[in-house]
Amino acid sequence: MAAFLLRRLVRGLVLVLLASSLAYLLAAYALRPRAELEGRTPRPPEAVIDAQLTRHNLNDRTPLADRFRVWATGVAHGSFGRTREGEPVDGELWRRLGVSARLLLPGTVLGCVLGVLLGAYAAIRHGGAADHAVTFLGYLLLAAPVFVLAVLLQTAAAEANDATGLRLLTWVGEPPGGGPLEAVRHAALPTATIALAQAALVGRYQRALMLDVLHADYVRTARARGLRRRDALLRHGLRVALVPMTAHAAATSGPVLFGGVCAERVFGRHGLGAWLVEAIARGDVHVAAAVTCLAACAVVLTGLAADVLSGILDPRVRAAC
Amino acid sequence: MLTGRAAAGLLLLGMIVLLVFAGPPASPWDWDRTDLTAFGEGPSARHWLGTTQSGRDVFALTLHAARRSLLIGLLVAVLSTGLAAVVGTLAGFLGGRLDRALMGGVDLMLVLPPFLVVAVLSPFLDANGRGWALVPLLAAFLWMATARSVRAMTVSLRDREFVMAARFLGVPARRVVLRHVVPHLASLLAVDVSVTVGTAIIAESGLSYLGFGVRPPDASLGTLLADAGSGAIASPVPFGFAASLLVLIVFAVSLLGDGLRDVLDPEFGPEAARP
Repeated sequence: MAAFLLRRLVRGLVLVLLASSLAYLLAAYALRPRAELEGRTPRPPEAVIDAQLTRHNLNDRTPLADRFRVWATGVAHGSFGRTREGEPVDGELWRRLGVSARLLLPGTVLGCVLGVLLGAYAAIRHGGAADHAVTFLGYLLLAAPVFVLAVLLQTAAAEANDATGLRLLTWVGEPPGGGPLEAVRHAALPTATIALAQAALVGRYQRALMLDVLHADYVRTARARGLRRRDALLRHGLRVALVPMTAHAAATSGPVLFGGVCAERVFGRHGLGAWLVEAIARGDVHVAAAVTCLAACAVVLTGLAADVLSGILDPRVRAAC
Repeated sequence: MLTGRAAAGLLLLGMIVLLVFAGPPASPWDWDRTDLTAFGEGPSARHWLGTTQSGRDVFALTLHAARRSLLIGLLVAVLSTGLAAVVGTLAGFLGGRLDRALMGGVDLMLVLPPFLVVAVLSPFLDANGRGWALVPLLAAFLWMATARSVRAMTVSLRDREFVMAARFLGVPARRVVLRHVVPHLASLLAVDVSVTVGTAIIAESGLSYLGFGVRPPDASLGTLLADAGSGAIASPVPFGFAASLLVLIVFAVSLLGDGLRDVLDPEFGPEAARP
């Protein structure tokens, strides 16, 4: 298992390196940090603009290969370079990573758990009213992008605030401090939005997987040995049905990150997603490359976590490698 | 025979298409005209669903946007499935060095960061913000998984008797692929088109929402939702209309796709895996 994970880790590392290099090359080629400097009034002299851009390795008149070499050397020494204004990217990067993680992680984890439970429940009640309700709700949720879902929940929360006359929930920005209660008030809506979207992604697949094992021989054997239906289904059915789920859940990391970018916009968070959107609009090459590098790391790490999880759940995986 | 789900999806989609294409000619106002006497007004005889804060007709503008989103989604799906079919059959049928090169291309595409590529290149390629540059860009990131399934199916078909017979009779490879392999892939491809339409519409609206797809003064459902979202609590009509159209379109398309899969693909059928 350890050798297998090590191989996957090396492969992941290569993927991250490739993805970040491609991201840098694309951003450096297509983004125009020069445009903003040229647009200032009074327009700075050409030499000043060139000097300013060259100082931060952003000059599009330097050959792309040379800029890439400088950038790659920097990254190898643990620095993602400087923003267009000359601030170091790194400090801001880690601060914003915290903001994004606080926004995304609780909802994603909650959504996965919710999706597995609802999907399995719907499969067990196959054909019944609960199954139909869960399936229908899943279709609707899958059709609603995060920025629609978020506004619907915000509207509902505004109604609830008005009806009770209290400011129970709030949804813009991060809590300014003020204890756990304040944190919950701020986190409830974003977490609910992301959890619902994730539950829909996971739940539909989990239902199909659970349906496959519902009538499997080993579940029937467990019943014949005298286990209650509930225990047989949970310990022998769901456990098997969870193994392919880990890979599927890891494969949703792309949509989750994209949803996170939209969620930061709706909920007014200044996380990595918002930074990336700003950077692309403003032509901030190093920021775009650094955020994309972190996103690639997140995707690779999720895949590794899924491998570990399927190893824990499935003894055959452990035996095979 | 269509299942209930596919029929329901088709019916709903048909109704939306009818509304989207027949609605604007019937409405008394055009989507691209601004009414300088009505800013943020409620529904009236002149503006059936009121106007936006900048004086544009909500009904006509939203239907125009929905048409744009639908067309982009459909074109992306056809292009991506077509690409997957060509690459998958070529790689699977001819094998060898071409196969390795094409599958290497698939792996390379999987490494590229999709959001950055599309967000950077879309304004770069699309100066007037009408969103058509999104069609090749989104299609470029949606074909890989299907190409792999197509390749796998082609490899298994290549050694079946009827394909061998055609090849040994001297039928050229291109004809064998078109006459004997592609018909067997038809159901997979039909399902893939309808599934991809939904994905593409969601992706397009998300990118336009963030400002990287269709851009004002033109409109897609994403730009409308970005404009109307922050004011949705005070004036729910513009947001509600655009949001429900988007959700209903994707809902209908995914019902249709899953229904088609149940009908066409025995392996994915709802009852197939059980005795």
